[in-house]
Amino acid sequence: MTAVLRTHELGKRYRQRWALTDCTLDIPAGRVVGLVGRNGAGKTTLLNMAVGQLEPTTGTIEVLGGRPASGAAQLAKVGYVAQDTPTYSGLSVAEHLRLGARLNPAWDDTLAQDRVGRLGLDPTQRAGKLSGGQRAQLALTLGIAKRPQLLVLDEPVAALDPIARREFLQALMEAAAEQELSVLLSSHLVADLERVCDYLIVIDAARVRVAGEIEDLLASHHRLTGPRRDLDTLPADQHVVTASHTDRQTTLVIRTNSTIHDPAWTVSELDLEDLVLAYMSSQGTTDRNHSPRPSLAVQR
Amino acid sequence: MELRVIEFHLDSRSGVSPYQQLVRQVRHALRLGLLRKGDQLPTVKDVVAALAINPNTVLKAYRELEHEGLVAARPGLGTFVTATLTDGSLAAHQPLSQDLRRWLAKARLAGLDEESIEALFMATFRASTREEIA
Repeated sequence: MTAVLRTHELGKRYRQRWALTDCTLDIPAGRVVGLVGRNGAGKTTLLNMAVGQLEPTTGTIEVLGGRPASGAAQLAKVGYVAQDTPTYSGLSVAEHLRLGARLNPAWDDTLAQDRVGRLGLDPTQRAGKLSGGQRAQLALTLGIAKRPQLLVLDEPVAALDPIARREFLQALMEAAAEQELSVLLSSHLVADLERVCDYLIVIDAARVRVAGEIEDLLASHHRLTGPRRDLDTLPADQHVVTASHTDRQTTLVIRTNSTIHDPAWTVSELDLEDLVLAYMSSQGTTDRNHSPRPSLAVQR
Repeated sequence: MELRVIEFHLDSRSGVSPYQQLVRQVRHALRLGLLRKGDQLPTVKDVVAALAINPNTVLKAYRELEHEGLVAARPGLGTFVTATLTDGSLAAHQPLSQDLRRWLAKARLAGLDEESIEALFMATFRASTREEIA
């Protein structure tokens, strides 16, 4: 099976600042991939390179076996719902669908009409008059009816209220089930990703901190607490993600594929939120000189 | 045919993985006789659309149930219940439930609150399970 996204040492620099560096990924098709990280961590940069709106500064990127935006066939394979689910506020719902039909060779008009009907959208209504949730659903309809093999969504639910957010994710998952669609979506809400994703990429300060099948990630990460000890004395196959010490106690988050035998440790499991936070805090504060916007939100 | 027999729900704070929760809910419904042989489980698309969860989670749960011999997938039709977990013990549920109610009334009368009742039940349950194994 072709990888849906394969990158090798991918990087993007804006003038002096690297928005993404050393990004190497290999994601199989058929997954719902969650890309999580703070605002400004490099999520949008990666997504924009995947859909071909940005050229890499270094490294290579391949989407569904082709170079992003390299031709009409490649463009037809990838759908993109950009940040804040943009629509044309002056155009009506029906005009959006006509535009979609005009621009996309594989446009599925039955599906688009059916979705608009089920959502109860008035075809003559201008997009500017729709609610945030309805606008997001309209943008999703355009993305789905294009019949892509991969649908990329940048923070699709960030601006939505809880009900609109749930309805959006329901529609997205329904499409994923029905059309055997691969999905790549970014979010700073771990709780949203937990239900819908089966593959996770954590990105922080322009670097991929961890990537993998969520099930494998949860099975291989553990929190260890025990008497204070030196990290050099750990078995070689225990990779330390975070470590904190008091005078007497050591608490670690580690990644390992083998069983933890040392009786000195109390071992507990991590949930997805713990895991994401562990990777986002393990970076340290050395090269983070800017944090203008709120950091990762972990609300439920 | 269009009769919906069960509806799934997810508890995000249970610590049990979503696919395991689905498996347990089917087993639970089978045990209580809510699901019977021949009943159809909700389609993957229906579950996904209702719960906003990953389709692979549902597929995995159904595969596990199939592996356990409880359900079978009929291509193009859906997934159907093929076995039961009640083993004819369903008739005994009613009197057992009554006994339990009487016991609960006694426990409350003795001043136990809900948490204490649950703790006592679980402790006794575990101890007796351990004795049976030993």
